[in-house]
Amino acid sequence: MSGSHETITVTVNGLQRRVVTSPARPVLDVLREDLGLTGTKEGCSVGVCGACSILIDGQLMSACLVPVGELDGRDVTTVEGLASEDGELSAVQGAFLRCGAFQCGICTPGQVVAATALLAECPAPTPEQVREWMMGNLCRCTGYYSIVSAVLEAAAEARETSA
Amino acid sequence: MRLFQYHRPTTVDEAVGLLTDLGDEAVVLAGGTSLMNMVKLGLAEPEQVIALRGVRELHGVDTQPSDGLTFGAMTTLREIETSALVRGTAPGLAEAAHHVATVRIRNQATVGGSLVHADPNQDLPPMLMVHDALARVTGPDGSREVPVADMFLGYFETVVGAEEILRSVRVPVPRAGMRTGYLKFLPRTRDDYSTISVAAGVTLVDGRFEDARIAIAGGGSVPVRCRAAEAALVGNGTRPDVLAGAADVVPGEIDPISDGRGTSGYKRDMARVCTERLLRRLVAEARA
Ligand SMILES: Cc1cc2nc3c(=O)[nH]c(=O)nc-3n(C[C@H](O)[C@H](O)[C@H](O)COP(=O)(O)OP(=O)(O)OC[C@H]3O[C@@H](n4cnc5c(N)ncnc54)[C@H](O)[C@@H]3O)c2cc1C
Ligand code: FES
Ligand code: FES
Repeated sequence: MSGSHETITVTVNGLQRRVVTSPARPVLDVLREDLGLTGTKEGCSVGVCGACSILIDGQLMSACLVPVGELDGRDVTTVEGLASEDGELSAVQGAFLRCGAFQCGICTPGQVVAATALLAECPAPTPEQVREWMMGNLCRCTGYYSIVSAVLEAAAEARETSA
Repeated sequence: MRLFQYHRPTTVDEAVGLLTDLGDEAVVLAGGTSLMNMVKLGLAEPEQVIALRGVRELHGVDTQPSDGLTFGAMTTLREIETSALVRGTAPGLAEAAHHVATVRIRNQATVGGSLVHADPNQDLPPMLMVHDALARVTGPDGSREVPVADMFLGYFETVVGAEEILRSVRVPVPRAGMRTGYLKFLPRTRDDYSTISVAAGVTLVDGRFEDARIAIAGGGSVPVRCRAAEAALVGNGTRPDVLAGAADVVPGEIDPISDGRGTSGYKRDMARVCTERLLRRLVAEARA
């Protein structure tokens, strides 16, 4: 291995973490192997499938395509950071459960993170906007209809609670 | 995967200095969407990576009445797609950016990376060529401006030298009344690279083409302006046979390869079909 190690300081799900590692490693590997956050999945590892979706400073990104050196001083949210501390699921997570928006579950963390990013930017999306955003998250099980329903239901629910 | 060393310059001069000092082993990292994939696949083996994120002067969209729009190289494709300024002055560019992959990729990929990566199927270059955009490149000997149309030398190859950084791209004030549009032909999935795509800008005065610009991506090793097709429009009216006649010239101006997205002949045909469709759309919009 060439490439020297660095100390990267990053806030993950609200907690400040320090990782000593090569800055070249994909964020995905560091989350899973160094920080024990295995909710973020590896599907394609080339930016196509969305299984590794995370939020960096609130923006939806692919953990497989970001070298961890880019994270120094920044803020990361993974699927583990979506539920409240006492375990209450977020609106998106609850809607995925109710709508049966997953089967095997491998794509689900990425779906839920992507839907969270969508609703943060666009709280009342049209079905077309949901499909447009969520097309970056592949699912080989559900056929997508239940995912689109779940995102729309989560949006409606979030609007009701805030109204 | 080779593990590289990381550098975090904060100015363009510092970044160019690092490129000059570190020589062949160094590359710059913008969004990383292409570079990380190339490193993973072993197609790039940089020992030194110069990350541009912290170079503030490379971020953001600027506008000056006489200069048009200037995009810092680190402007993301998502910023271009959603910017009210871009949608207002160069809507075709926002449209082309919108067609790149997915929101997740557009949040990360940058204008600079879109040009210097130089994959001939990319969406932004043909639209920038329609706008006669200019790239500003800075190296150890200073800065120069290169038309985007002259940047590409071949697959994954541009005029940006190993010790140079693409600093910004400038879209001059569009011609008054020019309507721009982008048609990306996607026979497989919506998040795919194009099989063929057409960018066009037309200016109609009294029902005639005063100016016409057509550029094709996916038609060979570099994106191209189709000057003969443009000439077939200028001075003429907008009758369907005029549009079809211009589109007929396009296949002769490109040289696509056969690959997983279609044979060479299929791409030539679809370039013709897509050009005609896009011209019809732009003419209809201009009339409306
Ligand atoms: C899953 C996926 C789907 C995609 N689909 C599409 C698509 O449909 N249409 C499309 O157009 N593109 C597509 N792309 C490609 C994407 O647009 C490019 O990867 C992106 O534009 C590159 O930008 P970047 O900022 O990530 O560059 P990086 O990956 O960081 O860099 C790419 C190259 O450019 C060089 N470079 C970057 N910035 C500069 C600079 N300022 N000065 C000098 N050199 C520089 C780097 O050294 C490197 O060689 C896709 C990519 C992925 C991963
Ligand atoms: S694992 Fe990152 S997009 Fe597929
Ligand atoms: S639930 Fe199995 S891939 Fe989506």
